[in-house]
Amino acid sequence: MAVTREDVVKVAKLANIAIDETRLDSLALELNAILGHMDELRKVDTARVQTAEGLGSGGQRLRADYGPPDGLASAPATFAPETRDGFVLVPRLATHEGSPERAP
Amino acid sequence: MTAVTEREYEMVVGLEVHVQLKTRTKAFCSCSADFGAPPNTNVCPVCLALPGALPVLNHHAVELAVRAAIALECKVHETSVFARKNYFYPDLPKGYQISQYDKPLAEKGWLTIGELENKTPVRVGITRVHMEEDAGKSVHDRYNGVTAIDLNRAGVPLIEIVSEPDMRSSAEAGAYLRLIKQILSYAGVSDVSMEEGSLRVDANVSARLRGATKLGTKTEIKNVNSFSAVERALDSEFTRQVALLKSGGTVSQQTMLWDGARGETRPSRSKEESHDYRYFPEPDLPPLALDAEWIARVGREIPELPDARRKRLVDEYKITPPDAELLTSSAGFSEYFEAVARASLDPKGAVNWVMGEVSAAVNAAGVHLDEFAVRPADLAELLRMLRDDVVSHTAAKRIFARMVETGKPPVQVAAEEGLQKVDDDSALAGWIDEVLAENPSEAARYRAGETKLQGVLVGLVMKKSKGSADPKKVNQLLPERARGPS
Amino acid sequence: MKAQPARASAAAAKLLAGPLTECVACIREGAAIPADMVSASFDRADEVGAGKDALNIFISTDREGATESAKQLTAHLGRAEPLGNLAGVPVALKDNIATLGMPTTCGSRILEGYVSPYEATVVRRLRANGAVIVGKTNMDEFAMGSSTENSAYGPTRNPVDIRRVPGGSSGGSAAAVAAGIVRLALGSETGGSVRQPASFCGVVGVKPTYGRVSRYGLVAFGSSLDQVGVLGRTVEDASIGMEVISGCDPLDSTSADVPVPRYELEKNAGLKGLVIGKPREYFPDGLDPRIAQECERALDAYRELGATVRDVSLPHTSYSIPVYYIIAPAEASSNLARFDGVRYGLRVLSERGLNGMYEETRARGFGPEVTRRVLLGTYVLSAGYYDAYYKKAQAVRTLIAQDFRDVFASGVDVLFTPTTPTPAFELGAVKDAYEMYLSDIFTASANLAGVPAMSVPIGDAAGLPIGGQIIAPHFGESVMFRAAFGLERALAGNFVPGEQDA
Ligand SMILES: [Mg+2]
Ligand SMILES: [Zn+2]
Repeated sequence: MAVTREDVVKVAKLANIAIDETRLDSLALELNAILGHMDELRKVDTARVQTAEGLGSGGQRLRADYGPPDGLASAPATFAPETRDGFVLVPRLATHEGSPERAP
Repeated sequence: MTAVTEREYEMVVGLEVHVQLKTRTKAFCSCSADFGAPPNTNVCPVCLALPGALPVLNHHAVELAVRAAIALECKVHETSVFARKNYFYPDLPKGYQISQYDKPLAEKGWLTIGELENKTPVRVGITRVHMEEDAGKSVHDRYNGVTAIDLNRAGVPLIEIVSEPDMRSSAEAGAYLRLIKQILSYAGVSDVSMEEGSLRVDANVSARLRGATKLGTKTEIKNVNSFSAVERALDSEFTRQVALLKSGGTVSQQTMLWDGARGETRPSRSKEESHDYRYFPEPDLPPLALDAEWIARVGREIPELPDARRKRLVDEYKITPPDAELLTSSAGFSEYFEAVARASLDPKGAVNWVMGEVSAAVNAAGVHLDEFAVRPADLAELLRMLRDDVVSHTAAKRIFARMVETGKPPVQVAAEEGLQKVDDDSALAGWIDEVLAENPSEAARYRAGETKLQGVLVGLVMKKSKGSADPKKVNQLLPERARGPS
Repeated sequence: MKAQPARASAAAAKLLAGPLTECVACIREGAAIPADMVSASFDRADEVGAGKDALNIFISTDREGATESAKQLTAHLGRAEPLGNLAGVPVALKDNIATLGMPTTCGSRILEGYVSPYEATVVRRLRANGAVIVGKTNMDEFAMGSSTENSAYGPTRNPVDIRRVPGGSSGGSAAAVAAGIVRLALGSETGGSVRQPASFCGVVGVKPTYGRVSRYGLVAFGSSLDQVGVLGRTVEDASIGMEVISGCDPLDSTSADVPVPRYELEKNAGLKGLVIGKPREYFPDGLDPRIAQECERALDAYRELGATVRDVSLPHTSYSIPVYYIIAPAEASSNLARFDGVRYGLRVLSERGLNGMYEETRARGFGPEVTRRVLLGTYVLSAGYYDAYYKKAQAVRTLIAQDFRDVFASGVDVLFTPTTPTPAFELGAVKDAYEMYLSDIFTASANLAGVPAMSVPIGDAAGLPIGGQIIAPHFGESVMFRAAFGLERALAGNFVPGEQDA
């Protein structure tokens, strides 16, 4: 299962990391080299292994339905890159580029 | 709405319904799940996805989800597993949604639609009910060129109810949704309001030649915000697909957005980056282990569901099946009815008043039934007053109107407004004398033997008494007062 | 406040270099002042060259805040409630542990300047016990690395030999303890990130049982593997630190509701009858002979203490690294999705709208190793590869955990192995990613199985420290500490932990 340059492009897209064109081939090589070692695992017979999902088989501890939550020493506006009126702002989504500004 | 008449093709519909569970706090943190707070104030390290924060599941959310699953006849698994659904969206703080994937909370349920509409019953399979968290809210049209994010809703607990593709028309889809809403509302699981966003629907629809067994390629319709919009969107999308197929084209699997203003679906403009959610078991949450005994207890404690209630109302109160059906369309009304019927011992009167006056007044006031000013005990008292002839029917309606405005008990309203039936001879005699004096020509004709004027004169007396006069008594007294003082 | 602060008293400096119990006793009695301990710690940092231009141990320090909390402790003296078990003890925290009032960067550009508005449970516990936080230590970015060379803030150097790496990813914390700046530091483990640097720097490093210590506030790398660990100058110091930070936390669903024993009580417990397993897979033919030799010496010491050494096998050991390097990056690729420039940290705008912002923020914010592992993790989880990699790795992980259960069920109390395959290497010496991953070859299995393990200094190779690893069953920290105390005592005559540079 060799990782191709196209795989790197696809995975980088999924991971939302811009990768320089010039790095694509070397990254494919690096990932291949690492994954090559992983192929070792194919030797292990796991047909009858019951995979436990997560550690701790006793089930998860649940929380009662009341507050207060763990507090914040400062409001989001103090650490978010851009805020207005309490909202966190981001560049407008591509799907809504055409949205007009609502009349005040 | 124009029904789609299509002889060659049939519509195949499956629905995914997201329902917000009625908890005080969010699914994985103790922030308030209430709506309406200023943006980004019901937030904490967990639902903001600050580095290092971890989820802890809300016990009550699990209980409500299990209740919903049992109400929908599902098998609840003793072990279910939370999974991460990975995708980037600015109102999804962690970059993944905590959901359930290959080991959901519950599977294999069903419900039956059509019974109420007196149609052939259709059994719709429920594939699964799983728990997940809501995302935040993106506001696109508030500020120029930017999207505004509010995370107050992020992490609110939801269940997703996935149906089998068992519906064959938009009407069936509508019936399915109304029934889901009814059941979940009865079970006390959710407010199930599409307007308030506590119920959301995505519809999967495909078209195939009648008689075919293989499913056609489906599209998913999003952005529908009412049950009737779901029905219209399905018809519109089905028509589009059929036209495409008839012209030799093929349907491509994609997400369609419903444009209610134009009455058409159009392809979502979001780039179709192949949705690869990279689901894997959520390592921050051990499997959810539910004790069989606990599941059974939650099942036993589910409040009465609509079907059972309909049957019981007919049995217990001897009301007609159509009345029972009307009453049970909402859990609140049927509960209100029962309270009135029990306290007044007048089920028939209770049906008429609850479905008539109460329903109209609640709608006019635009309030929830539990905020309605007239409590069942007070309405029952009014019905007793009617039965005991303490007030006339006309007066009762006026009293009720005042009760809606003031919330006062009927006895007090009747006293304040002078609306008790007046059967005291001297008062009645006074009103009759006045009417006779004010209408001399009618009085004369009446005295002359024109007895058909009796009704007119009684009516005038009733009017003068503002409805409080006892008409029976007026009828008795009128001839004697007309003859003149004895 | 630019004036050179007064040099701490020689007494405070001496206390800083001595056992924690003495320091705490003196502070409780009023014989020492917490603020002087803070000064002694900062003086020592100056003395050893902890700064950016030399050892580069800290990403941030907070002398003012530390002095302030030290003064509050003094004000508390004499009040009804006694001062905690770490009263006045200067402590350093790995910079991936959320701390109020100090930046928490995870060694990454993407969190440069980010100050956490909430605090990790372990830090709350430390403070509640009187510890004074002096600084946040350097680390491999998001704990991805075994040498602390992958930090956006430059590499940390090993105080034992400045040309060499301190190990990683908790290299800053190990170096801070080794250099005598603090007696106790917190690190974090995903595949050996406390034990391996402890071994490289000649200090004690403990990874608890998965679930023993709350992860709330530890910035996640591989959630099913991560645990906060302790680095200490001695086994006793480390045991005190572990006791303070352990225990069930309602804010962490994976934290276990298991009582926390008093580990210090193991200090003088005998080892007679203790069965020590020597797993053959951890002593391969190619093992560095200097390490093999020191391990044999440690095992001899155990025999002399009355313990039995038994040859055992953990047959799936060789799969630890492949399994680890599938599961950890897979979880990391998801855990690191929250660093998207939306709510906190770095935001790089681009002409390509929101998606451009995501891609450029993450491209500039993440270093090469983090990028590599996020891509690797995304790949192994993506459609078509999930079964072959992630699911397969989980199955083999189950077998690795079963190996441990089997061996402990066979009557073995603890296992003894080398901590690392080599002593500390020189900066820049390991260039291949996979070769670097092999640094964790003896440590990753304990994370995969969730069992507790610790590294104890057992000797040196030409002055470079060598650590021995003790692995115990789930929640078997007591017997692990008993074995560690015994070993430390036995080796004390011919080897002084942490004094290689003296
Ligand atoms: Mg969903
Ligand atoms: Zn919250």
